[in-house]
Amino acid sequence: MRWLLLLAALAAAGPRIAAAQPRMPPQAVAQPRSGTQDMSRELQAMQADDSANPGMLWVQEGEALFHRAEGRVQKACADCHASLTGVAARYPAWDDRSAAPMDLAGRIQHCRTEHQQATPLAREGEPLLALSAFVAGQSRGLPLAPPEDSRLAPALARGEALFRQRRGQLNLSCAQCHEDRAGLRLGSALIPEGHANGYPQYRLEWQALGSLQRRLRNCMVGVRATAPAFGAAEYVEIELYLARRGAGLAVEAPAVRP
Amino acid sequence: MARVLLNLPRSAAKGAVIEIRTLIMHPMESGFRPGMNGTILARDIITRFTCEYDGEVVFQAELSSAIAANPFISFTTVATASGTLSFTWEGDNDFRQTETRSLTVT
Repeated sequence: MRWLLLLAALAAAGPRIAAAQPRMPPQAVAQPRSGTQDMSRELQAMQADDSANPGMLWVQEGEALFHRAEGRVQKACADCHASLTGVAARYPAWDDRSAAPMDLAGRIQHCRTEHQQATPLAREGEPLLALSAFVAGQSRGLPLAPPEDSRLAPALARGEALFRQRRGQLNLSCAQCHEDRAGLRLGSALIPEGHANGYPQYRLEWQALGSLQRRLRNCMVGVRATAPAFGAAEYVEIELYLARRGAGLAVEAPAVRP
Repeated sequence: MARVLLNLPRSAAKGAVIEIRTLIMHPMESGFRPGMNGTILARDIITRFTCEYDGEVVFQAELSSAIAANPFISFTTVATASGTLSFTWEGDNDFRQTETRSLTVT
């Protein structure tokens, strides 16, 4: 709870801090900096070592699920998809059927209900996280490459607007911390630029793997805003903007973060 | 069956010190935390980890409530002879899982 109080203090002191600190230009994230670079050496080693990175437990689980026949048609993911290298780096992407942007978990869900004719998995449930981790892990090391798709433009613009919109009782926007104050500290914690190149990620605070939506929800609850339900379009729009904002960063999924 | 990551060499020179690293998926529910409805969640932790080398215990650890989920245990042993290493995690709610790996000593 202490960090919440600190956050409250930061919000209260907001105008003064803004006066004392020279504001960086809006395009401060010209060369995105991955959160990994600001972690302790021990955590970096934990992320890099597949036998110490707890996220690999979910990758292993996801691989098993990927090869398991499911649903009414009794088909496994692996029956259609041989390799998904680089796929996660291109999500969220446009989905023709729903005429909306779709993130990776949404795509897995879609494949499951449409092609396997199986019951949908719970968002943020272990099986969907495991499958996401297995698919995202196949893009490790590849640069985030959001699709150049004009149909995504309106959602992308909404995503950026959401990123810059002040929200919650503390009246803070994502940009106020992760752009204007990236690299400074919130209490003892370093404020990262908030890039989405390591999801799903293992957070030591969660002691579990979690999706980008869970992370977004975390921040929204932190500024005492109402967080939408998992899977909401609002999250996907922010994800879309974050992918654009961090384009070029190497995918680190499953990343480890404090 | 909980997912397990085991990292150890497949072969080693006789007398060499080998490092073994283990990671297991487990919630390690401490028994002190309230759940969503305010009642205390029952303790569910791994209480003991044992490594046997050809039936002989070479490493053992007792785990307690303060240990985080998905415990990572790293230790070393001396490669004496070719044989089987078995790793056993035991805990609350009759949790018990054993994994084995063979080691060739040259």
